[in-house]
Amino acid sequence: MNLVEALRIAISGLNANRLRSGLTVLGIMIGVGAVVLLVAVGNGASVQVTSQIESLGSNLIYVYPSSPTAAGGVAQGFGAGQTLTMTDVQNLGDQTQAPDIAAAIPIATAPGRMTHGSQNWFAPVSGSTQDFAAVRNYSLQVGQFFTQSQVNSSARVVVVGQTVVDNLFGGSAQSALNQTIEIQRQPFTVIGVFVAKGSQGLGNQDNVAVIPITAAWNYLTGGRGKNISQIVIQATSASTITLATQQATQILLTDHKISDPAQADFTTQSQQDILSSYGQITQTLTVLLGSVAAIALVVGGIGIMNIMLVTVTERTREIGIRKAIGARRTDILLQFLIESMFLSGVGGILGIVVGWGGSFWLPSLKLSVLSSLGTPVVSIASVLLAFGVSVGIGLFFGIYPANRAAALNPIEALRYE
Amino acid sequence: MIEIAGVTKTYRMGSLEVHALKRVDLNIEAGEFVAIMGASGSGKSTLMNIIGCLDVPSSGSYALDGIDVANLSDDQLALIRNRKIGFVFQSFNLIPRSSALHNVEMPLIYAGDTENRRERALAALQAVGLSDRAQHQPSELSGGQQQRVAVARALVTEPAIMLADEPTGNLDSESSLEIIELISALNRAGRTIVLITHEDEIARFARRVVRLRDGVIVSDGPQRAPVEARV
Repeated sequence: MNLVEALRIAISGLNANRLRSGLTVLGIMIGVGAVVLLVAVGNGASVQVTSQIESLGSNLIYVYPSSPTAAGGVAQGFGAGQTLTMTDVQNLGDQTQAPDIAAAIPIATAPGRMTHGSQNWFAPVSGSTQDFAAVRNYSLQVGQFFTQSQVNSSARVVVVGQTVVDNLFGGSAQSALNQTIEIQRQPFTVIGVFVAKGSQGLGNQDNVAVIPITAAWNYLTGGRGKNISQIVIQATSASTITLATQQATQILLTDHKISDPAQADFTTQSQQDILSSYGQITQTLTVLLGSVAAIALVVGGIGIMNIMLVTVTERTREIGIRKAIGARRTDILLQFLIESMFLSGVGGILGIVVGWGGSFWLPSLKLSVLSSLGTPVVSIASVLLAFGVSVGIGLFFGIYPANRAAALNPIEALRYE
Repeated sequence: MIEIAGVTKTYRMGSLEVHALKRVDLNIEAGEFVAIMGASGSGKSTLMNIIGCLDVPSSGSYALDGIDVANLSDDQLALIRNRKIGFVFQSFNLIPRSSALHNVEMPLIYAGDTENRRERALAALQAVGLSDRAQHQPSELSGGQQQRVAVARALVTEPAIMLADEPTGNLDSESSLEIIELISALNRAGRTIVLITHEDEIARFARRVVRLRDGVIVSDGPQRAPVEARV
């Protein structure tokens, strides 16, 4: 008996009970659709988080000050130390000492209550150097970034993000240019506006104001000395991040005259570290969503088994006839297995269509709960897996009923009413 | 063609042993037309099941067309049924929702015999006078027509014997006559036929009558005046 014939028999059997077959297919469809959709939601969240982290700039390594554990085992708060200096920044940016570091910038943060005329706004203010825009992957829509000479002269200039422009200048970057804003009552001239990054979730990248670090020290963080809250290092490429981290650690240990790396008064963290820790969270989310959906799929599989058992009982006599005219065990087994796999396969295909369609439909609902999860991303692997698993479920849950059919005694089957 | 020697069939019902057949000997030659008769409980159904290779004897030997079938596996028996035996049942036993033609093709499908399958099935339908009903489903055919399709299905593999189990039991007298005459005509064309029945009317067409009672053959001899079919 060939497969075409077995498929023909299976389809005519299913066709005879359309409602029943349809409901069984529905069960698998919901299961597979849920797997495809929920895994897509999980993937979407992962892609969203990754792109947000990468929008901060690429191949970055962060250096934070930290204090070695004080005597008595009391550690000071994270970032409380003031151990990073401009000398560190200059040495880190030195190509001869650290060939794998492309650039290093200091960041000094200041609270940024700012006003323009009657408008008020609050944005974190970063003091940095002329390389800030390149390292943090900002480009300018109007004006320009400040220069090294402006850093050296503590110029009262500021480059702001689109959100600041929206709130102080009604959205027009052009009208903001060359205007004076007051940051903590200190006047600064707007010399440039960043192109909006438009990302959300990990803090608004467009609600920023950047000034020369020297100006920050002189006018905003007065009394706290030349504090650097972090140094951002850009490695020359993704593959040199580890080397760059090692070089940075070595330079800082030498600068700070620390021989035991365990006593280091700074901490480094690469973007990869951040990515991988967020990656674990989103992966857990995906697995969690996927397992909920998998339960639905198993329930659908039990539905198939149930309906196949009914079918086998109903068609006992037909099985007897087929055996009498020469069907072997495997012929009957194959017939019912194909029937159950056909049911689950059709359910699988419909489920993929529904899940895929749902992944386009879901964002259009604009539910605030879902916005932080990003746009669902259907992976071909999950589609193929879902289809394979659905056919596999047909096979697994079909084996018992099919075996029961194949094992029927032809005499008793023929006598069955 | 059929050589049954000392065949016993014992069923176990709880602690009770039921002897359905007790040391039965029966030989049937090629081209014979044998009616096996007996009341209900006489063992004729058990004998039919054994002849039809649906069941195996508890003891004794059975050779069909020179093949010892007493100790074959289920799948080997399925193969023998497919190649050597054509069944005609009391309740027609066609596959529902399949056309007459497809029903007749079925034994060839299980035989894996694809050569001229459709033509051979059509020829078998023509032999029973139903070539114009090839695409009809069983539910669209009368009882007599359904039984003709069943006869065509039994013929299509050119089996060694045709086994008809009460073939007229569910038919009115006119259709019964048509079917038994069709079977009789097939015998005259050279086909070996074993007919199980309890109706004398039907058994009259056979050339030899075997009577069973309580699992034992009580008489076996030629029909004195077999009815010749009209066709």
